[in-house]
Amino acid sequence: MNTRASRLIRYFLISNLLLLVAFPWVGEHFYVGLVMNMMIFGILAMSLDLLIGYTGLVSLGHAAYYGLAGYLLAIISPESEAVSIWLALPFCILGTALAALIIGWFSVRTSGIYFIMITLAFAQMLFYYFNENTDLGGSDGIFIFFKPSVTLGSITLLDLDNHIVFYYFILVCMLLVYFLLRMLLASPFGQVIQGIRANENRTRALGYPTFYYKLVSFVIAGSIGGLAGFLEGMHGGIVSPGHLGWHESGLILMIVILGGMGTLYGPIMGAFAMIFLQDWFQEITVHWMLLMGVFVIAVVLFLPRGIAGLIEDLAAKLDKSVTDSNRPATQKNGESGDG
Amino acid sequence: MTAELILETRDLTRTFGALVAVDKVSLQFRRGQVHAIIGPNGAGKTTFINLLSSDIDTSFGSIHFNGQDITDLPPDKVSRLGIGRSYQKTNIFPEFSCLQNCWLGAQSRLPTSMRFVRPARLYDEVREHADKALRDCGLYQRRNTVAAHMSYGEQRQLEIGMMLATNPQLLLLDEPLAGMGQEESFEIIELLKKLAEDHTLILIEHDMDAVFSIAQQLTVMVNGQVLETGSVEQIRNSKAVHEAYLGEDEDES
Repeated sequence: MNTRASRLIRYFLISNLLLLVAFPWVGEHFYVGLVMNMMIFGILAMSLDLLIGYTGLVSLGHAAYYGLAGYLLAIISPESEAVSIWLALPFCILGTALAALIIGWFSVRTSGIYFIMITLAFAQMLFYYFNENTDLGGSDGIFIFFKPSVTLGSITLLDLDNHIVFYYFILVCMLLVYFLLRMLLASPFGQVIQGIRANENRTRALGYPTFYYKLVSFVIAGSIGGLAGFLEGMHGGIVSPGHLGWHESGLILMIVILGGMGTLYGPIMGAFAMIFLQDWFQEITVHWMLLMGVFVIAVVLFLPRGIAGLIEDLAAKLDKSVTDSNRPATQKNGESGDG
Repeated sequence: MTAELILETRDLTRTFGALVAVDKVSLQFRRGQVHAIIGPNGAGKTTFINLLSSDIDTSFGSIHFNGQDITDLPPDKVSRLGIGRSYQKTNIFPEFSCLQNCWLGAQSRLPTSMRFVRPARLYDEVREHADKALRDCGLYQRRNTVAAHMSYGEQRQLEIGMMLATNPQLLLLDEPLAGMGQEESFEIIELLKKLAEDHTLILIEHDMDAVFSIAQQLTVMVNGQVLETGSVEQIRNSKAVHEAYLGEDEDES
């Protein structure tokens, strides 16, 4: 990818971001809520892509951290008042980080199909634990009645009960995660995990104890998944075993593949596309799963590098037909800005 | 022949089920020398190198590097002690550029790569080492080329470049000339001669002309065992070696 094509992509992403910033002022209440969902899944998908697309670890249990953080938020939130975010956020993230450390300690030493199975098994263990635990609502789940408060002394810094404030809170979290991961990937640590993905044995032979690098990557991915779960707990006001089931893990995996592994903006786009289509297909027909399946098969067949691959190809093509290169780029924004 | 020992194996043994691939091999390697290991296919040469670099576990016996027992160390620790290796089957990062390939080698000499904030490209000392390795292996001009897009010979050069980037004292080279044309071989041989000036080399190679032009010490392995070891002259004149192995090759050439 030459620099001009990647600059085109950057303009495209920035204009999408501007659309996201403007959206709550024009969009209906329901759709603003839906976009919040999309952004939360964008965070979750980026964290899984750190494992799949950059470290080469295909986890089929990533929803475990997402759901666990929701439960942790429910546990630390009193029923009658809001918990302070300064307490709740570290509690949820450190809690999921600890879970990822334990699960990673066992699973990261395996690879390929065994890694898939062991991450799935751990996630299912958590699923059944919460499913059977009647103190935490069993299969019905548990409510989170109040969003955590963001106060400093007696001053309220952010009123997260305000729909629009909460929207921007999630957007900022998504951007922070995006830039945090970019920083990680450019760092020496990022070079090593990408080496592991490309050729783990060679990476070890060059002098890196790959187990620890994979474990750290696993814990970072789990913690960011925890952040997504924390936001989802606030947004939905309920957490149920479904949040950490294998169905949810499969959905995140599909989002990453759909969006394009090994890019950071791809999984965000994948989350937007997937949730938009889910919502749309559900309106059209009760057999919406069928449509979803057809769509996923079509993407895998025709866009093996996902949406990000499509965008890269379009940018390269645009760059080639130099004439009037900016116009078609802005046209494209409209399409996936909604989706 | 009184240079200090850099590496020593004692009764080094590796079995795969009933097969004894390396059978009680006790060898001494001296600093600054080129020590070639020759032998027919299946003699256990590659297994021996894999044991030295800890790519596979030792069944029995021990390995000592600069006096330290390294038998049970994992491959990353062995690498960090200063033993670099190249593989018979090209083992690189195909989708990375040459620079990135060597970069990973050079970066492994930082005290740790568990560094998360400063971009890797700002580590000047890593860049210097990676650039030097690229220059030494003759790929500096190709530094931004993706490894998978290069010729087989260039990939073999890169294989050596990555090893050099880790700044090793001892180089384990498993058939560096495997599958190469004459001209490419010649370049690699020149490179090996240059490396021999300030490194210790343990070399597996089938090309006898190359072996005789570089090596000072020779070990002949047959069926996992050491048949004979000594200076090149000693081996050339060894009756046992001629009968078992060398004779035919020399007649051909």
